Amino acid sequence: MANRITLVEAVTQALAWELEHDESVVAFGQDIGANGGVFRATDGLQKRFGEKRVFDTPLAEAMITGLCVGMSTQGMKPVGEIQFSGFMYPGVDQLISHASRMRNRTRGRLSCPMVLRAPYGGGIHAPEHHSESMEAIYAHTPGLRVVIPSSPRRAYGLLLAAIRDPDPVVFLEPKRIYRLTKQEVPDDGEALPLDTCFVLREGGDVTLVSWGAMMNETLKAAAKLAEEGAEAEVIDLGTIKPYDSETILESVERTGRLVIVAEEPRTAGVAAEIAAEVAEKALYSLLAPIERVTGYDTVMPLFQLEMSYLPSVERILGAARRTLEAKR
Amino acid sequence: MKTTARFEIGYEQLLDPDGKPMVKRLPAFANDKKTMLGLYKTMSLTRAFDTRAIALQRTGKLGTYASCLGHEATHVGVGSAMAEDDVMAPSYREYGAQFTRGVKPEQILGYWGGSERGNVYEGPAAGDFAWCVPIASQCLYSAGAALAFKTRGEKRAVVVFLGDGGTSEGAFYEGLNAAGVWDLPMVFVIVNNRWAISVPLARQTRAETLAQKGLAAGVRGVQVDGNDIIAVRKVADEALKRAREGKGPTVIEALTYRLSDHTTADDATRYREAKEVEAAQRKEPFVRTRKYLESLGIWDEKKEKALVAENKKTVDAAVKAYQEAERDSVAAMFDHMYAELPDSLREQREAALREAE
Repeated sequence: MANRITLVEAVTQALAWELEHDESVVAFGQDIGANGGVFRATDGLQKRFGEKRVFDTPLAEAMITGLCVGMSTQGMKPVGEIQFSGFMYPGVDQLISHASRMRNRTRGRLSCPMVLRAPYGGGIHAPEHHSESMEAIYAHTPGLRVVIPSSPRRAYGLLLAAIRDPDPVVFLEPKRIYRLTKQEVPDDGEALPLDTCFVLREGGDVTLVSWGAMMNETLKAAAKLAEEGAEAEVIDLGTIKPYDSETILESVERTGRLVIVAEEPRTAGVAAEIAAEVAEKALYSLLAPIERVTGYDTVMPLFQLEMSYLPSVERILGAARRTLEAKR
Repeated sequence: MKTTARFEIGYEQLLDPDGKPMVKRLPAFANDKKTMLGLYKTMSLTRAFDTRAIALQRTGKLGTYASCLGHEATHVGVGSAMAEDDVMAPSYREYGAQFTRGVKPEQILGYWGGSERGNVYEGPAAGDFAWCVPIASQCLYSAGAALAFKTRGEKRAVVVFLGDGGTSEGAFYEGLNAAGVWDLPMVFVIVNNRWAISVPLARQTRAETLAQKGLAAGVRGVQVDGNDIIAVRKVADEALKRAREGKGPTVIEALTYRLSDHTTADDATRYREAKEVEAAQRKEPFVRTRKYLESLGIWDEKKEKALVAENKKTVDAAVKAYQEAERDSVAAMFDHMYAELPDSLREQREAALREAE
């Protein structure tokens, strides 16, 4: 039976599956109960699973994050929601000082099998503080896992994997594509692998790596390149940290060209890390300098300029063409 | 204007500084010889341990160490009131409380001696949180642990320790608010030792008491003489009973004094008067406990000498175990980062091991 749903509905479906099949799972956050979340990611879950399993919290992000830490150390699997990723920062102390190091500093005596979800990224004309892409903060923190889905099917499979993972996961949901497309997502409880890239398109001329909402722009650029006679390999990072460098390196060794596309600010970003690793391990396979197409090192602008900030298909194409035209 | 709400903060003190009961009837446990001897012995071991730990640091055999001098009655009184399956969330100097939960002195030395293995507790402390250095952040995960107990319908409580300085942190207020709104089985123990490193209480808050900080969150607050082991144990017993029975959280403000420097890296003579320390010394917890035990006819000079000798033996053995423990392996740095080592980290681990050879 066809079950065509959006990315945000896939999030709901994954939460419902885990709440149904694992009684240690609880979900909480601001407005997620009767209201079903401001994006409706928890729509109907409180009604179905009761107020003990799905509940609203006071308006305090550090507390939501700390509740995840504490509950998870006591054998529960909390899934906390921060309403927008721009409001995660009060809870970053709990993530960096506790969630990420609990297992290590107790030599495995305590651990934090928790998920902290948040809608993230730009492109929906939201108010200030609602559009940033700060995944590098979490990726830079030893001990955290950072996962960003880019389609309904991957949102379902990766969220299931994140909840089942024995370590803390920051799960960032690209809200720009929450409702962009529908995809058939069987509700079978099948998780997708973490720490693994997804090759969305195979090609031998240039490797395009991206994640989150930017996968769409990147795939469009790849289609355009194909019209121009160049076959791009398109890789969705999926798990941002720890990421699957093997798939990327193998691809770059074949194509000799790498373009990394990301909404995040440029300096010290995840794209920079990937570029550095490829330079370390596959420099002699490169036929052209690595290109990064990213947000700028500016404050994320209010929405009049947000599309000028976000990488566009044109910018991606420009970078890809430069790598294809480069002469060694 | 009419008054819409009125609040009071109670203060509990049962022994005066000379060990004389200030009330007609002390709680039943105060007449139980075994209980009282147990409390005093743990306090005494804590003092012996603390003294030796400072000596180890001064002679280069231990890293920076946070002394608990003067806090023994508060720490032991609260810790001993806990049930085995309760969970404790310390800040970073509650050794006396940890001893009541089976943490070994060599583990504490291990931690301050630079190894995470010091946090591998067993016995009743196996589920306790480890030290928490970022001030008051323990209040938030403690609320999470308490919420887990409540969600599962377990009759268990969480005891979280913080200092007077910690009550200025947002995490304290957010933790309190969570405890209040969900009636969590929690006891916040504010160890008010009057100093947050060099900042005295008067520069920390305008509030008359710290216990009242609970009131704004709907959490009952009580003050206790933190140097009075009987009073501390009594208020902790009551707070924990309430918590386990689903009657909600309590804030206990234990009034004591930090007789030592903040840590061995601190020099308190830079910022506080000797006179103040001398005055506080006259109210310290040991003399009155001992005098009270003597009044029960269960303690004397001979027993004291025997206890001192026993503590020395215990601490000697702990120091030996600490000093003979093997250094952490380089691999240990990597092996507990995740349940399963990711490939990227495996590569770094191998490089670090090669480097170490």
